[in-house]
Amino acid sequence: MDKRKIEETFFKGLMMASTLIVIGSLLAVITLVVLKGLPALSLSMITQTPTGGYYLGKGGGILNAIVGSLYLAGGATALAFSLSLPVALYLHEYAGRSRLASFTRLSLDVLWGVPSIVYGAFGFTIMVYLGMTASLLCGVVVVALLVLPLMTRAMDEVVRMVSLELREASYALGATKLETVLKVISRQALPGILTAVLLAFGRGIGDAASVLLVAGYTDYIPHSLFDPVATLPLAVFFQLGTPFPEVQQRAYASAVILLGIVLLLSIGSRLLAKKFTKYVIK
Amino acid sequence: MFTPHISIQKLNVFYGGRHALKDITVDIPKKQVTVIIGPSGCGKTTLLKTMNRLIDLVDRIKVSGDIVVDGVNIFDDGVDVTELRKRMGLIAQKPNPLPMSIYDNVAYGPKIHGAKHRKELDQTVESCLQAAGLWDEVKDRLREPASKLSAGQQQRLCLARALAVKPEVLLCDEPTSALDPVSTRHIESQLLILKKDYTIVFVTHILRQAKRLADYVIFLYLGELIEHGPAESIFTQPRNPRTKAYIEGVFG
Repeated sequence: MDKRKIEETFFKGLMMASTLIVIGSLLAVITLVVLKGLPALSLSMITQTPTGGYYLGKGGGILNAIVGSLYLAGGATALAFSLSLPVALYLHEYAGRSRLASFTRLSLDVLWGVPSIVYGAFGFTIMVYLGMTASLLCGVVVVALLVLPLMTRAMDEVVRMVSLELREASYALGATKLETVLKVISRQALPGILTAVLLAFGRGIGDAASVLLVAGYTDYIPHSLFDPVATLPLAVFFQLGTPFPEVQQRAYASAVILLGIVLLLSIGSRLLAKKFTKYVIK
Repeated sequence: MFTPHISIQKLNVFYGGRHALKDITVDIPKKQVTVIIGPSGCGKTTLLKTMNRLIDLVDRIKVSGDIVVDGVNIFDDGVDVTELRKRMGLIAQKPNPLPMSIYDNVAYGPKIHGAKHRKELDQTVESCLQAAGLWDEVKDRLREPASKLSAGQQQRLCLARALAVKPEVLLCDEPTSALDPVSTRHIESQLLILKKDYTIVFVTHILRQAKRLADYVIFLYLGELIEHGPAESIFTQPRNPRTKAYIEGVFG
């Protein structure tokens, strides 16, 4: 065989192997968690809050953490969204190639790499300084900060993909920057923006370290922004930490629930994105 | 002689260090088709995009000189760029429909300029699509995405969209270069009808197309204005040897 064909075969094999490793890891994680968690998964787990002896292996569920996580990640995603979309659009359409723009991007990239526990510690310090206690509000703010860089940079990239021709089309009709940004660019970038939001939600709902110090943990569903809130990652953590096998098994069941939420959301947003891509210009 | 609609005086454009347009001085006649010809990279598109100041979007651009439209210099401080662009409609080289329905593509311009009444918008959309020769093909699917149209239809949609804001001038930047011959004919024949009411500036590097459309011709070469005049005299008796060479197909 000639050298080029061997090369081709070899590298194709290498790429396929890498791809298989990626798919394999996902399947391995899901399989392990499902195998260990499924036996403990019951209806009561997702419909009840913990009863007195829950952490000793008695009845109840983790509805507190499910609802808490949804509140927390939902609130944080919404808060981060309200900041990151304007930032992304500003960076692209107004700031151009200015120093401010490149400095903002650099800051976001650095923030992206900051470990979530550092966000937690930062939030904790501010929280104590303000005389507040661990609460849904503090959790939402800290997680919003955590997912902000990811969401903004992801949006920045999508907005950057919008072609100059399309923007020119709008400007040539006498549109202002704001009109172009809101009515044309964000529409064209909508599917990508949705993906960015989803990524951020996934990161937000899955993070344990950032909320450990600022959101607290409770067996109750929060009734206001100032109540402490339970989260699924911490529910997994606490249950795994008990010496009781049946409680540990519930930790895996909680992980299954967490995975399920993320999966459902991914599928849902993909379907939603399809609806939005209808008008997108290819 | 003719009534000038756009009067360009000593126009110079620099992209960074590159001198893209050199001392252009020329008048563009009202309600005629002025064709700007010249080989690729000679500054045709730059000249066109300077006229509606779309060139402002480009980084590191420097413009000097005047372009006077209806007695007002478009580079004056008081000039509202959005208002200027509304008056100077642009048809781009590649069809560039907006990411919305066929109807909304046409209604977009009037809407941003304040049109609110449904009926009025409906009328504008219909009349503009008719003027662009597209109405019969799309009247039953106005709500469909514009991206579903063929390239030729998309370009006519862009024409309709430009007409919808009631411009005085239509700037066409090789609008048929991405289209098949049939669609090209379509666009050309619509433009020949439209020149009754609009001043049309048409950029092309295809000589046969220039001959089909032009009332007045401007020949650019490497950023310089080589020759301009009524189509007949340019095509039959060019004065400048470079124009002659270009028209005879020696280069370009």
